[in-house]
Amino acid sequence: MIVDAILSPEFLNAALRATTPILFAALASAIAAKSGVINMALEGILLFTALFGVIFSSAFQSAWLGLLVTMVMGGLIGFLLAFFVLRLKTDAILAAIAINLIADGATILILLAVSGDRGISSSINSIIIPRITLPIIENIPFIGAVLSNQNILTYVSLIMVVLVHIFLYKTPLGLQIRAVGENKDAAESVGISSDKIRYISLTISGVLASMGGFFLSGGYMTRFTTGMSAGRGFIALAASAMGGNTPIGSFLVSLLFGGAQAISNILQLGTLPHELVQMLPYATTLIGLGLYSYSKMKKRQRLTGK
Amino acid sequence: MNSNTKFNILRTGLSISIALLISFGIIFLTSKEPVNAIVQLLTGPLQSQRRFGNVIEAMIPLIFTGVGVSIMFAANEINLAGEGAFHLGGLVATYFALNTTLAAGISPIMTILIAGIAGAIVTLIPAILKIKTESDVLVSSLMMNYLVLYFANYILSNILRDPKAGAVVSFAVPSVTQLSTIMPGTRIHIGLFLALIVAILGYIFMFKTKIGYELRITGENRQFARYSGINVVKITLISQLLGGFIFGVGGGVELLGMYNRFTWTSLLGYGWDAIIITTLAKKNPIHVPFAAFFLAYLRTGASIMARSTDVATELVTITQGLIILLVVAEQFLSKYKHKMIAKEAKATLGEKEGE
Repeated sequence: MIVDAILSPEFLNAALRATTPILFAALASAIAAKSGVINMALEGILLFTALFGVIFSSAFQSAWLGLLVTMVMGGLIGFLLAFFVLRLKTDAILAAIAINLIADGATILILLAVSGDRGISSSINSIIIPRITLPIIENIPFIGAVLSNQNILTYVSLIMVVLVHIFLYKTPLGLQIRAVGENKDAAESVGISSDKIRYISLTISGVLASMGGFFLSGGYMTRFTTGMSAGRGFIALAASAMGGNTPIGSFLVSLLFGGAQAISNILQLGTLPHELVQMLPYATTLIGLGLYSYSKMKKRQRLTGK
Repeated sequence: MNSNTKFNILRTGLSISIALLISFGIIFLTSKEPVNAIVQLLTGPLQSQRRFGNVIEAMIPLIFTGVGVSIMFAANEINLAGEGAFHLGGLVATYFALNTTLAAGISPIMTILIAGIAGAIVTLIPAILKIKTESDVLVSSLMMNYLVLYFANYILSNILRDPKAGAVVSFAVPSVTQLSTIMPGTRIHIGLFLALIVAILGYIFMFKTKIGYELRITGENRQFARYSGINVVKITLISQLLGGFIFGVGGGVELLGMYNRFTWTSLLGYGWDAIIITTLAKKNPIHVPFAAFFLAYLRTGASIMARSTDVATELVTITQGLIILLVVAEQFLSKYKHKMIAKEAKATLGEKEGE
């Protein structure tokens, strides 16, 4: 019965939807990691931008304008992280933890100030980004039911996988980012400013994550609720680490998480205790990360002959 | 006192002041009664014995977690599973207390020790995973926290849950296992002494023992430690094990002292609090109680402020974040530091020339 449910197009459709916010954040994490900085502030950025999305889409009465401003805000937070890490020499992890803490508190204060409620943004008439059906594809059996009738941002996230891949591997800036991440001193010796590259990478990282944040409260759900990022920023960190910080690897692992999340949504309706099912995405990550790192370690040992 | 220590104290003080000033700014922007709110935040905890008691009660778990994370971070290993270790400590303490009948004096001691072992397992898993597979401790320790959370939720609702209680809470822990209150009119419990002892032992371990010395060397320079013949793998494991143990003990003590029933259905955030404490205490366990007192005071003040004015408690979460950002920012005030060092150097030179 469970296997049937998992192979059904409805399930795969739901899995893709659950993957979307994680995928945006995982791509964000991948770009930052490629430049040599771990962006652990993704959790806070997701939370901040989920709230900003609601506020700005309501202020402009336009989902797209709201998304645009939210992306600018996400970029700003990424830039701020870069400023602390690069200019003030703050430890990247501790700076990120601070940003996450501030996000926890500030989103509640802002929500309270704007809507008068501290839990949910019901009184804000925010606009969400709609779902669309894909012509032609929707008529293909099975695949149509999986791919069609998704949120526009879900399609955007899939396109982003390709764009980020091209950006990192086919453009001069992408090459510079990878060069700085690989060996900062070598990159500087050929005239690349590593600080500039990292500022750019973390800002892009913030923009990408903000799209995931917007999706959380303006697509996946229709409201902002406090703490709604629910560890997705950390999962994304794991997804990109496990995917070797490549866009395609991050995408595949994100799918695994989205799938695990969707499975836990289905199984919660069944007889299995839902708490144990909720452990699934995290257990998958832990084991997956171990296996991936192990194979990488073995490969390196083989290459260096140790 | 050399100029470096002096500078550190100065910078920490200034960071805290700036963070508080920004928070006051936020209060002025959002509140209708800003002055009252600030007065409540700063002086609220001093207004009654019960309120000051709240500060000390809140300080107890913070000391445990602060010492725990100081020892784990001393190995330069960003293990964030303390959160989960604390949570599991509380759960295991409840389970053990409900399923054993031991004599009055022994029961709490055994329960707390078992809680500590549970905590040690949580922080040890990411550390072992790193040694065996080289996987990132940061990521795997974050995953551990969520695994522990849902596991605890499962045990709570399927095994420990008291069906007669309205909410999802466990059966009450027998009173022989509960930690007794030491000050009438407050809920300050005997765990306070335990916490202070842990801070002192933590200090002795880190600064007065051979393993502690090796641990600090390992954290500062792993390569150097390895070349000097220190078994860095063993040292790292010991520090993660010990840190998790203290987290677990903290969870057990908190549960037996303040809760009596296991009610934790979401992560409590002690792992993150521990980071601000170790930042202020500069990874020195003996400084942890002071940092914990400061944070507990701020928290208690904030909740008094939230009860009597229109400012939400979450304001101090922002203050905490700002403090971390400023204290850890190495370049913050660095020009001043250079001046101070230069001045000191000149003074020493001057002395020598005068001889």
